[in-house]
Amino acid sequence: MNAVSASNVSKIYMQGDVKVTALNKVSLEVAPGEFVALAGPSGSGKTTLLNLIGGLDEPDGGKISVNGKDFANMSSGDLAELRLSQIGFVFQSYNLIPVFTAEENVEYILQLQGEGKAERKKKARAMLDDVGLEGKYDRKPAQLSGGQQQRVAVARALVSNPTLILADEPTANLDSVTGESLLRTMREMNQKHGVTFIFSTHDSMVMNAAKRLVSMKDGAIVDDKVK
Amino acid sequence: MFAQLAWRNIWRNPRRTAIILLAIFMGVFSMIFFAAFSRGMANGMVNNAIDNLVGHIKIQHPDYRSDPDISHRIDDPRSVMDEIRPELPDGSKIVQRIRVEGVAANARETAGIEITGIEPSKEKGVSFIGDAPIEGEMLEEDDEHGILLGAALADRFDTEVGKKLVLTTQRADGETQSRAFRIRGLYHAEIQATEKAYVFITLDAARKLVGNKNCATEIAVTLPENKADRALEQTVSKCKEALKPFNLSVYDWMEQIPAMKAYLAMFDMFLYIWFVVVFIAMGFGIVNTVLMAVFERMREFGLLKAIGMKPAWIIRMVLGESLFLLIAGCAAGTLCSLAFTWYVAVTGIDLGSFAQGVKMWGMSRMIYPAIDIGDVIAANAVVIVLGLIVSVYPAVKAARFTPVETMRQN
Ligand SMILES: Nc1ncnc2c1ncn2[C@@H]1O[C@H](COP(=O)(O)OP(=O)(O)OP(=O)(O)O)[C@@H](O)[C@H]1O
Ligand SMILES: [Mg+2]
Repeated sequence: MNAVSASNVSKIYMQGDVKVTALNKVSLEVAPGEFVALAGPSGSGKTTLLNLIGGLDEPDGGKISVNGKDFANMSSGDLAELRLSQIGFVFQSYNLIPVFTAEENVEYILQLQGEGKAERKKKARAMLDDVGLEGKYDRKPAQLSGGQQQRVAVARALVSNPTLILADEPTANLDSVTGESLLRTMREMNQKHGVTFIFSTHDSMVMNAAKRLVSMKDGAIVDDKVK
Repeated sequence: MFAQLAWRNIWRNPRRTAIILLAIFMGVFSMIFFAAFSRGMANGMVNNAIDNLVGHIKIQHPDYRSDPDISHRIDDPRSVMDEIRPELPDGSKIVQRIRVEGVAANARETAGIEITGIEPSKEKGVSFIGDAPIEGEMLEEDDEHGILLGAALADRFDTEVGKKLVLTTQRADGETQSRAFRIRGLYHAEIQATEKAYVFITLDAARKLVGNKNCATEIAVTLPENKADRALEQTVSKCKEALKPFNLSVYDWMEQIPAMKAYLAMFDMFLYIWFVVVFIAMGFGIVNTVLMAVFERMREFGLLKAIGMKPAWIIRMVLGESLFLLIAGCAAGTLCSLAFTWYVAVTGIDLGSFAQGVKMWGMSRMIYPAIDIGDVIAANAVVIVLGLIVSVYPAVKAARFTPVETMRQN
C-alpha cells in the first residue's frame, strides 16, 4: 500500500473571471519511507498538490488516498482526524503559536490527541532533542532563529508519530547553511522514524539532497527521478 | 493547555485587553451603581410614604378604610396594643391615633382637613410630624387646646402662631361638635399637599372632640430599620393571630399604599432596561474587539486547523478568551462599584436643587444608595452570559478560516 496515491488530480482556481489550472491531471505514487522533493518554478502547483495530499483542499477531479484511505469518502471532520493522527505539516513560515514556548508548541498537538501530561512532556522534549534543540524548551518562537523555529515545526510535525510529513518550502526563509542543516535533520528523522517526507523547494541544494526528485511545470509533473 | 493558550492570547495585545476590560468594568460598575442608586431612591420614596402616617403595619376597624368615620373606631386601643406588643420585634414603635375628617375655620377661611389626634412624644421616629421642623412649639402631651397647622394651610388661612382656629367634626354619637383651638406651631413637610391636609391635636383633645374617652381609629407599628423588610410578613401574621378575638383588620404598608407597589415594580423594570442598554453598548465593544483579535490571528487559526484542530475546539478557545476577559472585568467592576456604593451609601447623595422637581414624586432630597445582592448577581449574569453569546459570532468566524486561504495571504 502506498503512503500517497494521487491519480489524475486536477485543481482549478478562479482568479476573478479567469480560470487558472493549478493542477492538470497529476498522478503521483509515493511509497512509505520515501524522501521526495517537489521542484518547479513559482506557480507550477507544488503548494496546491501538497495541500490536496494533506486534505486541506478538495480536488476538482481525480482521486487521492493516503495510506490507502480514499479522501472521496471522508468528511472534513474525518480529514481533520487523519491530519491529527497521520500527517504532519511544516510550512514555509508562521508555523508556530507565538504565545507558546517551543516545548508547548510541540506538546500541544499531543494534547489535541488526548495524551496525558507527563507523557506529553517527555515526548516533546525528546523530539526537540532529536532535532537539535536541547535546552531551548522554554523559548518562545520570537526568541528562536528562523532555522530553530523550523526545527520546532519539524519536531511538532513528528511528535504525533505520523506516517507522512508534508513540508512546503521549509527552507525558503533560511540561509543555505541553516537550510542544509534542517534538511539533514529531516533526512535523519526520515531514516530514524521511517516517516515519509514530501517537500517542495526552489533550492537546488535541497533538490540534490532528495532521494527522489519530482519536477513540476504548469500544473503537471514533467520529470520524476529516483537517485 | 486550552486555558493556558486562551489566557496568554489575551495578553498578546495588552492595550486592547485593557480597553475591553475597562469597557466591561464601566458597564458592570454603572449597572450596579445605578441599581443601588435607584433602589436607594425607591427606599426613600417608600420611607417617605411610610412616614406619612402609614407605618409598616396598621390596625384599624375593618370598615375604616372604606369609610373613615368615627363610628369605625377601635374602642379599646390599650388592650389591643398590649395584645400585639409581645409579637413585635425588639425596637418596634407603636402609636395610637384618631384620624377623622373635619372642617377647620377662622374668620377668613373654611377648609376640609383631616383632624389627627396624636401622642406627640411617641410620634418621634414613627411619622413625619414627630421629626418635622416646627415654627413655634410642638404640642405638649396634656395640651387640650393646642393645634399644629401645616405652614401652607396657615398661609391660606392667613393666620399665625397664637391665633385661634375652630375645628368641627362628627361625634361618636352622631352629633356635630365644634371646638376652638390655639395654634401652637406651624409644621413643614416635604410636600405642600401634606401641610394642607393634616392638622394635629393631642389624642386626648381628639377624644374629647369626638366624645369618646378611650377610643382610637388606628394603631400604627413602625419596625426597626434593619428588620423592616424581613420581619414584616411574619409580624403581620403574628399580629393577625393575636388579634383574632378582636374585630379588627391588620394591613402591611403595601396594602395601605398599593400604588407604591406598582411604582416599585416599575423601578425594577427600568433597572432591567438600563442593564440591557448598557449591555448593548458594551456588547458592540466586545464583538468588535474579539473580531479584531480573531482576524489578526487568521493564520494561526489556519495553522491550528491544518494540524488537525477541529472547528469546535477553536470556538471553545475563542470563547475561553472572552470568558477570561468577562470574568476579570466583572470581578473588578463589581468590587469597585460595591466599594464606591458602600461609601456613598454612608454619606448620601444630595440631589440639591434638582430635588424640588422630584419632591412631588414623593422622593427625598438625599438619596442613600442601597445594594441589593440580586441586582449584583443579575448585572454579572447579564454581562457574562450575553458576553459569551455575542462572542459566538467571532468564534464561529475563527473556526471557519480555512488553512489554504489564510496561509496564502502574505
Ligand atoms: N487559492 C487560490 N486562489 C486562486 N488561485 C490560486 C490559489 N492557490 C493557487 N492559485 C494559483 O494556482 C497556481 C499554482 O499555485 P501554487 O501555489 O500551487 O504554486 P507553487 O508551485 O506553490 O508556487 P510557489 O513556488 O510560488 O509557491 C498559481 O497560478 C496560483 O496563482
Ligand atoms: Mg508554493
